Amino acid sequence: MEELANLFHGFAVALQPYNMMLMVVGIMLGVIIGVLPGLGGANGVAILLPLTFSMPPTSAIIMLSCIYWGALFGGAITSILFNIPGEPWSVATTFDGYPMAQQGKPGEALTAAFTSSFVGALFAVAMITLVAPLVASFALRFGPAEKFAVYFLAFCSFVGLSKEPPFKTIAAMMIGFALAAVGLDSITGQLRLTFGVTELLNGFDFLIAVIGLFGIGEILLTMEEGLSFRGGNAKINLRVVLQTWRELPAYWVTSLRSCLIGCWMGVTPAGATPASFMSYGIAKRLAKNGKNFGKGEIEGVIAPETAAHAAGTSALLPMLSLGVPGSPTAAVLLGGLLIWGLQPGPMLFVEQKEFVWGLIASMYLGNLAGLLVVLTCVPIFAAILRVPFSIIAPLILVLCAIGAYSVHNSTFDVMLMLVFGVLGYLLKKCNYPLAPLVLAIVLGDKAEEAFRQSLLGSQGSLAVFFSNGLVSTIMILGLVALFWSAIQEGYSRLRTAAA
Amino acid sequence: MKHSILHLALAAVAALCASGTGASAAWEPVRPVEFIVPAGTGGGADQMARTIQGIVTKHNLMKQPMVVINKAGGAGGEGFLDVKSSSGNPHKIIITLSNLFTTPLATGIPFNWKDLTPVAMLALDEFVLWVNAEKSYNKVGEYVDAVKKAPAGTFKMGGTGSKQEDQIITVAVEKAIDTKFTYIPYKGGGEVAVQLVGNHVDSTVNNPIEAVAQWRGGKLRPLCVFDAQPMAYDEPITDGKSWKDIPTCKSQGLDMEYLMLRGIFMPPKATKDQIDYYVELFKKVRATPEWQDFMKSGAFNTTFLTGGDYAKWVEAEQKRHEVLMKEAGFLAPGN
Repeated sequence: MEELANLFHGFAVALQPYNMMLMVVGIMLGVIIGVLPGLGGANGVAILLPLTFSMPPTSAIIMLSCIYWGALFGGAITSILFNIPGEPWSVATTFDGYPMAQQGKPGEALTAAFTSSFVGALFAVAMITLVAPLVASFALRFGPAEKFAVYFLAFCSFVGLSKEPPFKTIAAMMIGFALAAVGLDSITGQLRLTFGVTELLNGFDFLIAVIGLFGIGEILLTMEEGLSFRGGNAKINLRVVLQTWRELPAYWVTSLRSCLIGCWMGVTPAGATPASFMSYGIAKRLAKNGKNFGKGEIEGVIAPETAAHAAGTSALLPMLSLGVPGSPTAAVLLGGLLIWGLQPGPMLFVEQKEFVWGLIASMYLGNLAGLLVVLTCVPIFAAILRVPFSIIAPLILVLCAIGAYSVHNSTFDVMLMLVFGVLGYLLKKCNYPLAPLVLAIVLGDKAEEAFRQSLLGSQGSLAVFFSNGLVSTIMILGLVALFWSAIQEGYSRLRTAAA
Repeated sequence: MKHSILHLALAAVAALCASGTGASAAWEPVRPVEFIVPAGTGGGADQMARTIQGIVTKHNLMKQPMVVINKAGGAGGEGFLDVKSSSGNPHKIIITLSNLFTTPLATGIPFNWKDLTPVAMLALDEFVLWVNAEKSYNKVGEYVDAVKKAPAGTFKMGGTGSKQEDQIITVAVEKAIDTKFTYIPYKGGGEVAVQLVGNHVDSTVNNPIEAVAQWRGGKLRPLCVFDAQPMAYDEPITDGKSWKDIPTCKSQGLDMEYLMLRGIFMPPKATKDQIDYYVELFKKVRATPEWQDFMKSGAFNTTFLTGGDYAKWVEAEQKRHEVLMKEAGFLAPGN
């Protein structure tokens, strides 16, 4: 019960008027940052970090983490309205969120996304409050082999559970892996596939690819279909929020499952992106109307959003207790901690109680404040879709270009974005799924790195992936997910044979 | 009376002239200054750059804002090439780490430190040999025995990056004690320290700031520091032990010294006024209490060099890296 006493003390800290004000300012700034593609939470926090040096550390982390929550909420807005994910973990939200917006239900999609984010984050904070020390020691068991197993599971649950022809899924994924391999090979320190072009040193940044494939590709498709934007008949009043809320409790199983997936992936720390993809893939298979996924199913918005935010929030736990950031934004926050003179690590919870519990309390309050702010703005966001396409399309193009430029401050990236736009258009015309391609770009090099690190450690023996209970379990789960359809078919055949 | 008025007027004119020439001689930024970090967010160089940015903002040391930009692509090659191609632009500075030498040597990108204008060495980062605190060895000698006893290649050394400082030190240690490690590269120093806590690797050469939290938490144990003399900070960290109590590796029979540059460079063709401006700026930064706290938290070696001394140090280090990397077989084909 000491935790609860600490937590209430934390609430007292977070509820001081000055801290409350910082919370609201942080959420507002965060939403703006999240809406601009390319800017992203990590950059936003990095830019604003110096502003906080003159504040007390607790106030500073409250403001910065609220920017983080705000950016997480804001990322869903562009994914749903324009099919442009601002952050890697918003990609899965576009699959059903964007079709919903096109069917004139942007308000429902936004409300579902925001509410799910809140539920996911709340679940994760509750977990942090209650079992922080236990969870931290679990994270220590994750070496390279365990990490690879988690990525393997993410890929498998996506391939095995997808309903597109497996050949096209795998082809798209292979293009993604090839693109992810460009740049510096982190194991040998050599440049790969750059052909002497210095701009390619970086490899292909995920954000550039996504802004092009989804954003620009979508605009090209819409232009071909006659310059109409089908979200025009969106209902724009707050009643939509209440109506959607009445529907949501029916999906509690999906929510709970996504929360668990998210927390687990955030702590390990594999991060929010695999969590959102895995949660979407599993929901697609297990949901009653799973075959409608991708056509605007509200459950397809709930699953990835809940998991992404549960993961994003629980990722702060390894950062605080171990000093390992679970996301790029967490990495910048980590830098902030050091500058404020706080040393993240096992001793932080013991020596800096006020700071840690103030931060945890601000997670509860910041998320609640964020939810209120974004929900009241739902009608305004939805109204954006009423603007005629001929006006909004150039604006989106400019936003995309700014977003692509701001990733590395380079005009080369803007060109690259346009190339990806054309590629996205062609792939869609040929009915190749884009999601596996994006998944492979985001996780490809991480999975490769973990794989090669494991093999280095095991002298090249593949047995390392089945060397202990933890890693074997995850690998077997992955294999089951990969061959799920075959297993199901075999099972039903056995049953008919027996009968 | 008349005489003195004339005198006064003359003096005023003289003063005006002096201040006029003074203003044109002392250069000052007229645009925001880009502070390039050739490494990712959250790493050692990034932390230092952002601390400097914070100090400059808080103490109003510059009239124009300072903006930190990470250009980490190609082991920092992206950042170096960017500064190299900004010839004559005084509104850009870069903070370097050892990848100033290692990246061009290992990847063969067209860059050499001589393409840049040296400004100042801010500090040197120490390297410490760490093991998990559960392990029985307390001294370098016992550690070396354990390494030698393990079957060849099964003793794992974790480090940041490939063919960079951590691996260079690893190869030097291998040579000093005539054995072989399996070197496993990770993306960042914090991750390396945690992998050591989780016993996924057997030892590391983390910088003090990357591992200090785990040391204080009783999870890791420092064995020796790769410097010529022990570190200067005698405030106890844990169990009454301080950074100063860590012996040098050389005194323990491990003959290797390595310090990592944390220095500032400008693009090619910077004028003397411009260099002087930044040297003065960093002198002011170094005088602030925040900087001193930062130095203490990371147990940095606070050597400060500018001008010819700095260039000479960098030149010597370049030669040393060429030799070290050649011996280790880390050079890119054609280098």
